[in-house]
Amino acid sequence: MNAVTLLDRTPPAAGCDRPVLKERGQREVFCGLTGIVWLHRKIQDAFFLVVGSRTCAHLIQSAAGVMIFAEPRFATAIIEERDLAGRADLHEELDTVVGRLLARRPDIKLLFLVGSCPSEVIKLDLNRAASRLDERLKDRVRVLAYSGSGIETTFTQGEDACLAALVPGMPTLSETAPAPLMVVGTLADVVEDRFKALFDGLGIPVVFLPPRRSRDLPAVGPNTRFLLAQPFLTDTARALEERGATHVAAAFPFGEEGTTAWLAAAARLYGVSEERFAEVTAPSRDRAKRAVARHRPALEGKSIFFFPDSQLEIPLARFLARELGMIPVEVGTPYLHRRHLADDLELLPHDVLVSEGQDVDKQLDRCRAARPDLVVCGLGLANPLEAEGITTKWSIELVFSPVHGYEHAGDLAELFARPLGRRDRLRV
Amino acid sequence: MQLTVWTYEGPPHVGAMRVCTGMTDLHYVLHAPQGDTYADLLFTMIERRNARPPVTYTTFQARDLGSDTADLFQSAVRDAYERFKPAAMIVGASCTAELIQDDPGGLAKAAGLPIPVIPLDLPSYQKKENWGAAETFYRIVRSLAGPHAPAPGHVRPARAAGTRPSCNILGPTALGFRHRDDVREITALLDRMGIDVNVVAPMGASVADIARLGEADFSVVLYPEVAGTAAQWLKRTFGQPLVQTVPIGVGATREFIAEVAAITGVDATAVLADPASRLPWYSRSVDSTYLTGKRVFIFGDATHVLASARIATEELGFTVAGMGTYSREFAREVREAAARYGVEALISDDYLEVEEKIAAAHPELVLGTQMERHIAKRLGVPCAVISAPVHVQDFPARHSPQVGFEGANVIFDSWVHPLMMGLEEHLLGMFRDDFEFVDGASPSHLGHAPAKSEPHDIQVAPAIAEAVAGGSDAVAWSVEAEKELKKIPFFVRGKARRNTEAYAVEKSIPVITVEALYDAKAHFGR
Repeated sequence: MNAVTLLDRTPPAAGCDRPVLKERGQREVFCGLTGIVWLHRKIQDAFFLVVGSRTCAHLIQSAAGVMIFAEPRFATAIIEERDLAGRADLHEELDTVVGRLLARRPDIKLLFLVGSCPSEVIKLDLNRAASRLDERLKDRVRVLAYSGSGIETTFTQGEDACLAALVPGMPTLSETAPAPLMVVGTLADVVEDRFKALFDGLGIPVVFLPPRRSRDLPAVGPNTRFLLAQPFLTDTARALEERGATHVAAAFPFGEEGTTAWLAAAARLYGVSEERFAEVTAPSRDRAKRAVARHRPALEGKSIFFFPDSQLEIPLARFLARELGMIPVEVGTPYLHRRHLADDLELLPHDVLVSEGQDVDKQLDRCRAARPDLVVCGLGLANPLEAEGITTKWSIELVFSPVHGYEHAGDLAELFARPLGRRDRLRV
Repeated sequence: MQLTVWTYEGPPHVGAMRVCTGMTDLHYVLHAPQGDTYADLLFTMIERRNARPPVTYTTFQARDLGSDTADLFQSAVRDAYERFKPAAMIVGASCTAELIQDDPGGLAKAAGLPIPVIPLDLPSYQKKENWGAAETFYRIVRSLAGPHAPAPGHVRPARAAGTRPSCNILGPTALGFRHRDDVREITALLDRMGIDVNVVAPMGASVADIARLGEADFSVVLYPEVAGTAAQWLKRTFGQPLVQTVPIGVGATREFIAEVAAITGVDATAVLADPASRLPWYSRSVDSTYLTGKRVFIFGDATHVLASARIATEELGFTVAGMGTYSREFAREVREAAARYGVEALISDDYLEVEEKIAAAHPELVLGTQMERHIAKRLGVPCAVISAPVHVQDFPARHSPQVGFEGANVIFDSWVHPLMMGLEEHLLGMFRDDFEFVDGASPSHLGHAPAKSEPHDIQVAPAIAEAVAGGSDAVAWSVEAEKELKKIPFFVRGKARRNTEAYAVEKSIPVITVEALYDAKAHFGR
């Protein structure tokens, strides 16, 4: 385990032999609009305008659990009766709303029109609206559209749709130009900076998608190799591939093992020597192992059950099983991308039930029957399960907190140890 | 299309959820796309409920559209019945399902369940949460109590001698602002008057309880936003008189008692004579002198705004600097009240407009919702929360009602504590030149950080930033006047500066002198 396996990597068998329980029923998950909560913090000159209903507005302000209550860089254009009854032209109305918005916020450089369930159902063409507005606002504001609707996207797939919408506008990198490594997926700035430092140490030039400023979109071309930092970026990866880029397969950078595998995939590609790789990563690897080991006594041998939420479930279960000795019982994911998750699936113990999709009442029955030591689930299920005596970890925190890479491996382990530790403390 | 940043109310089906979740054996099957289940967390997280709301969502996706969403709905209805065995069911559509027009009511009827199935028609693109709650409660009451209605012209028999009068308490729901504690308080008050509670609904009521609403002698309309429509129907159908005074505040509680006494004929003298509230004495005690004329801005749902305006003026001696509501259904009542207090009512659910109006009114205290709490924080003005939309803080562990005499005590504390206490304000003024009382010093109970250093991601709209800064370059200050201004206690200095500048502009004074400063003071002096 300790040897750096830069050269002797055998590609996994795409996890094809593993049986997966496919469920279709009530899904207790957020829709893709929720991604706006972290996307608007990442791309700091972008504004997200949801074109939807009062429900959409209510969802976004409720989903984060707290309201930030400043004037945020997102809002909802609420469709009203007169819009549906044809008494108002939806495109004209939308232009007026955008005009008012941009007058208020001259600092906005990139505007996303975000489609919702109602806008999809009435077939409001937001791509058309975006190109019309983009043309009109040329040089001042870029206007793009994507769908975060619940009928098309589950939770983190909203980020996928958003990033995929950015790809066509990325500058073209010529066939002769050397291409930096592209890391794809929203990361907390602190995590991104740590990765940047590691890639610098390895001598690998690197760019990130999404960028912190919309004008800094990285260029893409046939020499581009990209690593996914998040497991839910199916459409973004496809869009990048359509522009000639190549996906670099790797386990996801959670925990010491995952982060090492992820960095090693890039190192192999850029011809980094074993010695250099070991030298650059050793201090961080040691720190990560020490930080993770601190939580092993609390978690080792404990069973864990994942309800589907963010598509992070499989890499996280792999981390908890291999680095902390936890026993995954069921790992639910809203959607399973076998190719992107091949390395993680391979590393996940083979007797673990992987389920895709959801029928929440049936899954609750399975969960109650299994009586796991820890359940990872959404906010709608957490308190009801706690009231039944089952310890829970809110899954949304795994999306909102910096958990990637070596320096956050200990924090990631702690997120799972804390609810168990709390239960031990309480005597009421 | 309406541009919305934050909303005061959710969509109408969330109102239906508040009614259903409050009840004990009713189930809601909601035709809704994936993602609408977010609403569960309002109940499980904000209210810390220990069970999932009794709601089944169809959570249809794109692949279901056009093919089998109706089948999906019907099987959801059957599965929900089999699994949860509710005593009755409400069915309806969320905003997206409304557009695909699957007719949940008809589909549920066709499923032929052996329980009452009540269809809801909640137009999502016109109406909002409170309307949805009121309509849902009305439909439930009509469907379940309707079969027990007496024949038209039937005269209510007189109560048997020796039996206590009974009433229904109407309006409390899940996720209601202090509804849990209000019900306990009002039940105890009625009990002291010798009156029994027949049914509290929707919160805590079963389907069977709703069916026997007609047995009560009268109804208490505790929250008209939710109970108004159903209460009017009960009055018409069962001849039940309504008590419509909402007992928030000492005066309103006394009127409520008198109204109940008049309807039932009970003798309320003892209950009225009992000095149950400390508010009147606390308000008259000398420490409260400093409350006199404090300018308050009041915003929230209509019930709490109307009650708060009365308490503020009659029971604490404040001045209403502005008031308004997001409850458009009660705009008339709030406008009339505002006119009595000499201000123009703000009827709006536009958070940014509310923020602008509060900034412009320069209140010394804001009584509002959690949204106004954040506005006030940003403006550096004390605030107390009086109304929904709710926050986890609005479900305190302790008993903390708003209604009745104990409610008045709670209100006195929660409104007065954010303000500087009388003696503290006096001392701050006296010692303003002491090095420990530098300008940044906040009252001790607000912690040690100056009020403005908020650690949040705060972006103030340009218009508001100007209004807050108050500084206008149009008038200049002489060095002496600037010096004199510094002698004014820091917590009123901003206001003095603004007033003086406004006065200078009005009188076309180019440079503010010490003279002008005191002229302005005399001009604005109360």
